[in-house]
Amino acid sequence: MRIARISEKKITEEQEQVDVNLLDSLIEKYKDKKGNLIPLLQGTQDIFGYIPHEAFEKISSQVGIELSDMYGVVTFYAQFRLNPVGKHIIKVCHGTACHVQNANAITDALKESLKINDGETTEDGMFTLELVACLGCCSLAPVMMIDNETHGKLTGGQAVKIIKNIKIKESN
Amino acid sequence: MENIKVIVGLGSCGIAAGANKVFEKIKALKEADNLKFELKKTSCIGMCYREPLVEIVDDKGSYLYGDINEKKAAELIEKHILENEPIKSYVVQSDLFETPDKDFIKDQVKITLRNCGYIDPEIIEEYEVRGGYRAIRKIAGQRISRLDVIQTVINSGLRGRGGGGFPTGLKWKFANNNKADEKFIICNADEGDPGAFMDRSVLEGDPHAVLEGMIIGAYAIEATGGVIYCRAEYPLAIKRLNIAIEQARRKGYLGKNILSIDGFNFDIYIKEGAGAFVCGEETALIASVEGERGMPRKRPPFPAESGLWQKPTNINNVETLANIPWILLHGSEEYAKYGTEKSKGTKVFALAGKIKRSGLVEVPMGMSIRDVIFKLGGGIQNDKKFKAVQMGGPSGGCIPAYLADTIIDYDSVNDTGAIMGSGGMVVMDETTCMVDVAKFFLDFTQKESCGKCTFCRAGTKRMLEILTRITEGKGEEGDIEKLEELSYQIKDSSLCGLGQTAPNPVLTTIKYFREEYEVHIRDKKCPAKVCKALLTYEVDPDKCTGCMVCAKNCPTDAIDGARKEVHFIRQDACIKCGTCYTKCKFDAIKIY
Repeated sequence: MRIARISEKKITEEQEQVDVNLLDSLIEKYKDKKGNLIPLLQGTQDIFGYIPHEAFEKISSQVGIELSDMYGVVTFYAQFRLNPVGKHIIKVCHGTACHVQNANAITDALKESLKINDGETTEDGMFTLELVACLGCCSLAPVMMIDNETHGKLTGGQAVKIIKNIKIKESN
Repeated sequence: MENIKVIVGLGSCGIAAGANKVFEKIKALKEADNLKFELKKTSCIGMCYREPLVEIVDDKGSYLYGDINEKKAAELIEKHILENEPIKSYVVQSDLFETPDKDFIKDQVKITLRNCGYIDPEIIEEYEVRGGYRAIRKIAGQRISRLDVIQTVINSGLRGRGGGGFPTGLKWKFANNNKADEKFIICNADEGDPGAFMDRSVLEGDPHAVLEGMIIGAYAIEATGGVIYCRAEYPLAIKRLNIAIEQARRKGYLGKNILSIDGFNFDIYIKEGAGAFVCGEETALIASVEGERGMPRKRPPFPAESGLWQKPTNINNVETLANIPWILLHGSEEYAKYGTEKSKGTKVFALAGKIKRSGLVEVPMGMSIRDVIFKLGGGIQNDKKFKAVQMGGPSGGCIPAYLADTIIDYDSVNDTGAIMGSGGMVVMDETTCMVDVAKFFLDFTQKESCGKCTFCRAGTKRMLEILTRITEGKGEEGDIEKLEELSYQIKDSSLCGLGQTAPNPVLTTIKYFREEYEVHIRDKKCPAKVCKALLTYEVDPDKCTGCMVCAKNCPTDAIDGARKEVHFIRQDACIKCGTCYTKCKFDAIKIY
């Protein structure tokens, strides 16, 4: 069920230092609109990369949506995250076409190399790994997308190499 | 040179393959030498397997070049444009001479995709020049009544292209019958099927066709508001839709008293989905637009009576709507010329998987699956054996090779146990394990189940556990029967389409590939060599040359051995990714 998406990892207070004032214009825009919860959450995630605890409270008190309703919606939709993300987001496509072209090999090699599971972020905050249903580039299967660049026709080894290259670039 | 047009295909696939770089390269070369040819953008042409694509149109005709990178782009400018010598070896399609790829195009009938790859989707005038907005102008100009518009759609035989197959005209009629102060028309662009990208291509390539379809629909049912519910994962589609809506407002196709039709006030806004497959279901989609968890609601009342904000609502899929302007402009008879008795017109398919030419095709209903895969798609990659084709995504099923002569219409495909679905066709060869495929889809539906109905929520979980067990070599006698029993119970006791169809991939694979299940359970073997727990990778000492390629490519460094010595795979470190197997040039890696 969808509840499986909720990560057990708790974030420490140190990690969560967000400026909720950034939400003001967003709240202003959607405050009195019908069906505003999802756009509000999407906007929040656009700002912070995830939905921080403080944002929940601020939106709830200013827009008048129950915290429980917000949490219900956040955990229902795959798009929303409750944890901060790494600098680079790796999306490995697990659509049907990628699956039959062995997308598992890419995921397994990345998990092994980065020592993280689906939805988790490396300790150095560099990479977040996400398995997604379909990136729509079926003819290039198997595919992964790092930030906004798509890499196609991959093997596990090539995927790991791409990550290594990013690490090298970052350390320079 | 002023007459030469250079058009770069910039759909999502093309961009992923590097089309942006090609476009920038051509632009830089054009500016550097102040060349006078016209450089234009278009969207998906459909030949995804040849991306990036660049079309050059000169005085003689059109040349579509495939697999173009920056270097080849520079060659094209040099040879074709400056020296007027087309590079024939790069041409994949031309109206001047035959190419090996002609079979991909020849039997296609482009109605839905009539403008995709021909126009710049960000320029409304290009759509208008090709007949765009002429259907709604015709309705306004000739004062065609609402009921006549609906009757034309009914007569055309158009059925819902999202997968349901419900006659579109009838749906409009129901929505028209319910009178209210506010009514809505929603475009379902929440294309969630993994392996399907038809709607994305239409939205990216011809957004105005969808808007015009919605405007005509709004006129027919007297809708006051329009919503396009689009996946957030399609940023390019959303961007182009926003541009298109803005242009349509400016030209008076949206707004108040549209085209001087008295009292016809209609506008459209985009609602971004947040990633939930179940939102493809009408009532769940409505809940999501209202800002709630996308859980399906009980029907009746149907959306046509009480939908969005409890007002009469009509929901159509992207492809369905893109057909509407064409039907109104050319007449229902012209549309119904194509297809079979009960399935009229054409259908767009996304060909993917182990097929030579993957991409987007639009064929008349009634063509056989074999023709689509072998004639258009060019057959199976590496000339392996065709095993099955998956149609209908997680709600569909696997059609085995021996039923490849099944024709494409709603009823014939249903008879196989699969469904037409939205149009994903994922081709599988002998290296695809059908138990694994069933597990893949069930894993998907299990995660996407909203949790409302017990059988869908818990039943799919139990089925997934059984399938996982089978693929891990822990299958038991009676597992197949248990899967079947659970399947029928889930189908019977689920509220929405997701649950009612979730067992289809399992049922069809059991029906057509029961033996493969039995081998997994009884012999603990995976004939297709996919289920990892059932495999062992070893080096054949007679064939290993000690070239070290496998060891170098192994992601976990599980392969030992010095140069020119026989290598050895340490089983405890091996993650069975198969990289060594694919990399070895000497066929020295054996899978048992």
